[in-house]
Amino acid sequence: MSERSRFAAGSIVAVAVLWVVATSLTHLVSPGRFPDPVSVFAAAAQIGAGQGYAGGTIWRHIGSSVSLVLLGFAVAAATGVPLGLAMGSSRRIEAFVNPAFLLVRPIPPLAWIPLAIVWFGLGSTAKIFVVWFAAFVPALINTYTGVRNIDPTLVAAARVHGANSAQVLRHVIVPGSLPMIFGGLRLSLQASWTTLVAAELVGAVYGLGHVLTVASIDIYPGMIFYAMVWVAILGAAMTSALAWLERSAAPWLR
Amino acid sequence: MARTLGGAVVALKKPRRSVLPWLSALGLATFLGAWIAASSGSHTNALILPSPLAVLETFARLTHEKFANYTLQEHLASSLLRFTLGFAAAATIGVPLGLAMGWYRYLDYIVSPLFEAVRFIAPIAWVPFAVLWFGTGIGGPILIIFAGAFPPCLINAYRGARHVDRKLIEAAQTLGANDRRIIFNVLLPASLPAIIAGLRIGAGLGWQSLIGAELIVVSAGVGYLMVQGESNLNTSIVMAGMIAIGLVGAAIDVTLRFIEQRISAHRGAA
Repeated sequence: MSERSRFAAGSIVAVAVLWVVATSLTHLVSPGRFPDPVSVFAAAAQIGAGQGYAGGTIWRHIGSSVSLVLLGFAVAAATGVPLGLAMGSSRRIEAFVNPAFLLVRPIPPLAWIPLAIVWFGLGSTAKIFVVWFAAFVPALINTYTGVRNIDPTLVAAARVHGANSAQVLRHVIVPGSLPMIFGGLRLSLQASWTTLVAAELVGAVYGLGHVLTVASIDIYPGMIFYAMVWVAILGAAMTSALAWLERSAAPWLR
Repeated sequence: MARTLGGAVVALKKPRRSVLPWLSALGLATFLGAWIAASSGSHTNALILPSPLAVLETFARLTHEKFANYTLQEHLASSLLRFTLGFAAAATIGVPLGLAMGWYRYLDYIVSPLFEAVRFIAPIAWVPFAVLWFGTGIGGPILIIFAGAFPPCLINAYRGARHVDRKLIEAAQTLGANDRRIIFNVLLPASLPAIIAGLRIGAGLGWQSLIGAELIVVSAGVGYLMVQGESNLNTSIVMAGMIAIGLVGAAIDVTLRFIEQRISAHRGAA
């Protein structure tokens, strides 16, 4: 065990002990402000089975949140990456699209939530819309930058050897910009997750954000804590899934 | 598609530049034209999607007419106050902690795992605890801005400090500098570009976390203005709020970019 991991284990154990001491043992921190471990387990047990909490079990909320975020993210990747490739490859397409994009881009994704609610209500459509916008911008910008950073000599070399446009796209432009594309998708995914949780906090029927809202109204710190743990776990899991995808799609990058 | 792309690859080499401004103008005209077309037709259309002109009109009206208790400037002022406090807290804690973690190995070992555990919580998920601990006035939103802005401040200062040229540190050590002097006179200036980049990312995330917080909990601020517009189904107020948020966010970014350039110009001259 390396020195680093020994310290990591020690550090986490120390915080866990401090938590138990401050809440359960000494009541230095009141249970109305921060939950003790027992009430977190109680919350986990309550939402884990039977009627659940805030309209369903934790699995139902997780399923709702994850499917919405993946759907919005997939639509964003399927629109942002091709548009980025097109804008990167053609100065004309860039000139045409850029003004509208520059007008819309400074507006943070979370600021679209009220508009999405006016347009689409509190259902899934509004959430997919804001998640799409959150993920679209970084996907497009990074793809565009990736294409622009490709060494023009490579494109010229492919052309000299008789590659047609489709072959240049398939064998030079896409692989050359793949690292930047994945960098953009990673940002996209993080932005998607934050935006979805925010949208669910503003108004939803299911989802982790909705659990947080209901727990907040009920002043139920154990449940707030448990839902936050799931927000973190799923955020980390999706990020590492994308890293795995990147390694399998572009194995030549280490 | 591929044909266009390929043709465009050739065009990259000799772009006829005179065409491009016209294409940009055409793109803008298409965008605004589609917007206007979608907003006209029936009264309902204008309610759901007001025309660009109607949005600008609302924007101008909000600057002198109170909506949701305040004018637009007053809402912006209260948003900016929260932002400044939360961002200042994130920078004053995150940057020194990041530098110290880059210098003291054991501090790095102790803090990193905890930071990693908390980092994946979306900033906005702190809303319930923020409200529970600090209320909905100013303390709660500040915690959420802090949660958004803190990680990039810390990570960039840490990375900056770790990538400082060893020779500089060794030279300082040879000349008898203590830890404090090394951190402030070597690590801090050498990692300044990374730190400023972190501050810029942090400011962007902090500003957007603030909007999220205002959508959910507070009773003043641009986010609140938009929520009130939303519940009155007044789309033009919502969109005017979006414009205000975009303008302020862009202004914050431009300011930090300006500072970044000044610093790098200064360093280039030195």
